[in-house]
Amino acid sequence: MPAELRARLGRWETLTVALLVCTVVAGAISSPDFLTGGNLNSMLADITEVALIALPMTYIIVAGEIDLSVASVLGLSSALLGALWNHNWPIEAIIPFVLVAGGAAGLLNGLLVTRLGLPSLAVTIGTLTLYRGLAFVILGDTAVADLPTQYTDWAFGTFAGTEIPNPFIVFVVLAVIFGFVLHRTTFGRSLFAIGANEEAAFFSGLRVKRIKLGLFVLSGVIAALAGIIFALRFGSARADNGTGLELSVVAVVLLGGVSIFGGKGHLLGVIVAVLLLGAIRSALTINDVADEVLTIVTGSLLLLSVLGPSAAARLRERGRGGARPPVEAGAGAAH
Amino acid sequence: MSVQDAPATAAPAPRSGVEATRLVDRLLRVRELSLVGVLVVIVLATTLYNSRFVNSQNLRDISLNVAIVAMLAVGQTIVVVSRNIDLSVGSVLGFTALAVGSLFADNPGIPIPLVVLIGIAMGAGFGAVNGALVSVGRVPSLVVTIGTLYIIRGADFAWASGRQVTASQLPDAFLRIGSNSIAGIPILPLVTLVVVIVAGFAMRSYRSGRELYAIGSNPEAAVLAGVPVGRRVFWAFLASGALAGLAGVMYTARFGTVDAAAGTGQELAVVAAVVVGGVAIFGGAGTVYGAALGALLLSVIGSALVILKINPFWERAIDGALLLGAIALDRLLMLRVASALQKRSGRRAR
Repeated sequence: MPAELRARLGRWETLTVALLVCTVVAGAISSPDFLTGGNLNSMLADITEVALIALPMTYIIVAGEIDLSVASVLGLSSALLGALWNHNWPIEAIIPFVLVAGGAAGLLNGLLVTRLGLPSLAVTIGTLTLYRGLAFVILGDTAVADLPTQYTDWAFGTFAGTEIPNPFIVFVVLAVIFGFVLHRTTFGRSLFAIGANEEAAFFSGLRVKRIKLGLFVLSGVIAALAGIIFALRFGSARADNGTGLELSVVAVVLLGGVSIFGGKGHLLGVIVAVLLLGAIRSALTINDVADEVLTIVTGSLLLLSVLGPSAAARLRERGRGGARPPVEAGAGAAH
Repeated sequence: MSVQDAPATAAPAPRSGVEATRLVDRLLRVRELSLVGVLVVIVLATTLYNSRFVNSQNLRDISLNVAIVAMLAVGQTIVVVSRNIDLSVGSVLGFTALAVGSLFADNPGIPIPLVVLIGIAMGAGFGAVNGALVSVGRVPSLVVTIGTLYIIRGADFAWASGRQVTASQLPDAFLRIGSNSIAGIPILPLVTLVVVIVAGFAMRSYRSGRELYAIGSNPEAAVLAGVPVGRRVFWAFLASGALAGLAGVMYTARFGTVDAAAGTGQELAVVAAVVVGGVAIFGGAGTVYGAALGALLLSVIGSALVILKINPFWERAIDGALLLGAIALDRLLMLRVASALQKRSGRRAR
């Protein structure tokens, strides 16, 4: 296994690690505040939701699907949390309810994809619009800001005297579990099998549809968890929480070396990419670079993360001197 | 749609192939007719509730709204038919709208046709970047255009840095394009109508248009048949960008006031319109006319919500639900057609 691991990390992931190191060095040179505990804290806190959702997104993309509705599920669960709090529900009841609602949102995605055989791209663009719309229907454009302080304090606080924010610990725990399951269990292997060749996976006895359905439900639950954390962390439940977050999530997963066509990737790469995105944002923010530049950087990272492997693959092809396969015409919308 | 290859494998006889095409054709026409039917029902029901719905002011508003969304939908159809997607159109619209406004504000006396051309060229430039990344870079269009969606919007905000162009900075002759009518019909919808007809004709009757359908139906077969796939896909994105640029010009002419946030999220409404209008999200089927009808239907529903005093926040949720309903319906119809064709060819074999 270490050999395999080394071979894997030998390519794309090494580049992300190198980029991460460069970013940290550049950040440290550009500002004395970069390598402080306080900055580490805000860097990790800012990336928590993206990091959380990237975990199930990695599973989904490895299995050859995509879920673009995650940011809307995040917004919907924030709105639901705020609305129920306004209706005087106890927060201890709201949190499990919102998680179940997130699971239900994921279930709808999964049912449309697996039972009707619809492309996940189209389905989740539809539910992206639908769920965000429902979030606004539930809460309008108001904000619920009087969330219970013991919970907002937890979300804002740090873990056991370190500078690591409490919500990020949730990510660390989940990342260990997700990594173990993906790379050390038969279930994890089956995701790679499905992503590499769905038909072959089906004929090898994998319950492809059921597994995919499960992945979408999981994605919904984690997105709802991110929505709860988002609302608590900012002390504000709003329907537009996390708008456009799906871009960062997809960018991080692809940047981490997961193939958009499914079947390839390692969660460690995704975690490095999460830290890379956080470090870049933090380095830019600390140097007073405007928000819109952050948007440009995230978008460019996304393009880089798909252009890179594509160019690398082509170079390798040319190196082998083998015949070029037919152009993947409009490899486009679908995978 | 894979309907077209299903009969080909099930029944290689040429006659049933023709029959299959005819069946698919009829199905598409039924789709457009049913859209018109739904439109009529909504208009009638809303008018019965409140006759204000069909007064000239409201119809004008609807037609102006549709003009812009339908313009984007035409470009999107060209791209989606080739089994790609262009999610950057909202950002392209926003960027060109602000650019057009700034050109007028900074250069008093600049000729209007020149600015319109610059707007279209700017959009075409963005489209060319998308097209090059997709066809030369061999990267999925979904990812490319999500990336450029954010990059272009970010550039828009960075360049504007809080700037806003207001109607008073624009020449009156330009604003009149957005407000005047010819023979009682506002100019902007007429522009869109012309583009819809031209694009519809080109997609139906020109070789390059047909080749887009071929690419969308089966990319590998298109390559083997000698279709210049990369070039066609590139031009499809360029066309989509150019039309989004034109839509940006129309946006400025209509609203007069433009900031960097213009057209945010439009891409979702456009994809919804296109899919509701019967364009298969997996390419190979659907018409520009259907997409324009889809845009009209969504705009009419949005306007009806206001008249019916329904919480306007429902509009987005309804867009999403209609998109899902449309692709689900397409899928079910497709399965039925496929099984009907199989049965028919089975009978003939016996």
